[in-house]
Amino acid sequence: MTPRLYIPRDAAAIAVGAEAVTKAIEAETNARGLGIEIVRTGSRGLFWLEPMVEVETRDGRIGYGPVTPGDVPGLLDSGFLDGAAHPLRVGRPEDLPFLSRQTRLTFARCGIVDPLSLDDYRAHGGYRGLQRALSLGPAGTIEEVARSGLRGRGGAGFPTGVKWRTVAEAPAAQKYIVCNADEGDSGTFADRMLMEGDPFAVIEGITIAGLAVGASKGFIYIRSEYPDAIAAFAKAARAAYENDCLGPRIAGSAFGFDLELRVGAGAYVCGEETALLESLEGKRGQVRAKPPLPAHKGLFGQPTVINNLVSLATVPGILADGAETYAALGFGRSRGSMPIQLAGNVKHGGLFEAAFGLTLGEIIDDIGGGTATGRPVRAVQAGGPLGAYFPPALFDTPYDYEAFAARDGLIGHGGLVVFDDQVDMARQARFALEFCAIESCGKCTPCRLGSTRGVEVIDRIIAGKDASANLALIEDLCHTMKFGSLCALGGFTPYPVMSAINNFPEDFGRKAAAAA
Amino acid sequence: MDQHKGLEGPMLPILHALQATFGHLPEAAMRLVAEMLNLTRAEVHGVVSFYHDFRAVPAGRHMLKICRAEACQSMGGEAAARALLDRLGLEWGGTTPDGRLTIEATYCLGLCATAPAAMLDGRVAGRLDPAGLDALEQEAQP
Repeated sequence: MTPRLYIPRDAAAIAVGAEAVTKAIEAETNARGLGIEIVRTGSRGLFWLEPMVEVETRDGRIGYGPVTPGDVPGLLDSGFLDGAAHPLRVGRPEDLPFLSRQTRLTFARCGIVDPLSLDDYRAHGGYRGLQRALSLGPAGTIEEVARSGLRGRGGAGFPTGVKWRTVAEAPAAQKYIVCNADEGDSGTFADRMLMEGDPFAVIEGITIAGLAVGASKGFIYIRSEYPDAIAAFAKAARAAYENDCLGPRIAGSAFGFDLELRVGAGAYVCGEETALLESLEGKRGQVRAKPPLPAHKGLFGQPTVINNLVSLATVPGILADGAETYAALGFGRSRGSMPIQLAGNVKHGGLFEAAFGLTLGEIIDDIGGGTATGRPVRAVQAGGPLGAYFPPALFDTPYDYEAFAARDGLIGHGGLVVFDDQVDMARQARFALEFCAIESCGKCTPCRLGSTRGVEVIDRIIAGKDASANLALIEDLCHTMKFGSLCALGGFTPYPVMSAINNFPEDFGRKAAAAA
Repeated sequence: MDQHKGLEGPMLPILHALQATFGHLPEAAMRLVAEMLNLTRAEVHGVVSFYHDFRAVPAGRHMLKICRAEACQSMGGEAAARALLDRLGLEWGGTTPDGRLTIEATYCLGLCATAPAAMLDGRVAGRLDPAGLDALEQEAQP
């Protein structure tokens, strides 16, 4: 039997040398006259081991990583094509604690299947969800999604079933599904991994949404910073069209659905749903005042379901395995699983999908293994650039929408960025405001002006000028931004700023004391 | 442009296509788009100037986008980027005098578990310590 190797084509694996390793393996096996087959997959999400090469053996797939091109001759010498011992051998990836402790639902196929093979997708449970949706009908499908307790994974946590029902009940000749793949939060890469590693799940989820609410057209809006994901998704969409998984007669049914891929143009604020709709319409990505909700007047003024990519990719599994199975997992009002993304200065960075309810400390210390630099963890920013900075003293916070909100934070899209003790939290607070100033759409005053004035005030604090008066001023400014901004960009920028000030006062006070 | 004209909301696809072909979006291009979509030049200018990707002036022959967001900050990305900019005598957004390379800031490439990250001409790179970033910059030749 020809040995079969699996090498990720995930952008993060490519970024650390997966292409060079693939070429080295091809060249070296060629030179030795060894026939092999290489399957390019997504990533398992164990990024500290990337590039990870897996070899199919009788005992399952055996992983080796992180592999460099220079390791290839040695790996072949030691017989890695048969899964033999080698210092880089990590064994079966699913036996590694980082994977064995996960509950992979949305990411069940990612890193395992060939993302461009519909046969592989179907062999791993793909399109069972759509089949069930076709037999349940639109109302039954929406009911199923509602009962699963799925909430929007983009950050707002709005119940997906309620959103779908609103659009289904809105009378209109044309409705739209929009998949938000403008994943701009630092520390997040779940959308990217799915587009590169399991794009058919996204396509199936969008199709099910269309069937459920009576929409015949969908858009996926992918950020331009993701060229690999754009290429991978475009290929998958073509394959879906060629196999009647998109187009006029899906799966031989009377239901027809078209999907169009659109590329963003480098504006963070377009991840906000109404700004994204404006951008799709070809305008400046400026936030719309709500109401009207996109569910009533969305894209081109028509009723529109706009969902985060992870939410949509989770739907096929919910339909296939039933709402109860999904809802049985979780904690409080946060049902199901969440793809947590461990990033930044963390030893074991990657994608960790688990039921809600683990504590932040378990995630950072036990699963993440502390910092990559080996220094003590000082701060964790949860939920992207608009999320709060948590100190280790708050590591008992359960990972759950409500528990994070109760501690003046948010889980957002699931990103966790770890910082060691060399971080200067006054600098981080300044960056949060600076980022808001760079990315503000300019429509509302608290965000547009508040962010710039905020940077100036923080600069005075850093310079030690009248720190206590300026800290009072920044608190007042944050209050105005939080309650006066149109969207989460201006409204949530106070989270990182105020959490840095409140949780790490020494980084603000010490400088003030030094100047006094 | 004709290829995208029939799309629903064709503006961004047209601008992307024009910039991919010509490298930037000069005044003449914006005028053309305005005419085709029956918009004012101000409206097209408003869109072009809103998005970070669109540029009114040409960039260097190579484009290095370095991530400046939090995950890359946590792994020392800022210092590595600063050292590279200083070595080349550039500021963010600047182009080398010979037109070889433009360096721009970007805010997240989704490579946050292999930080610091950057992208050279659409090709991603991660775990970029100062030496790695310098090596990447050297790949931008001539």
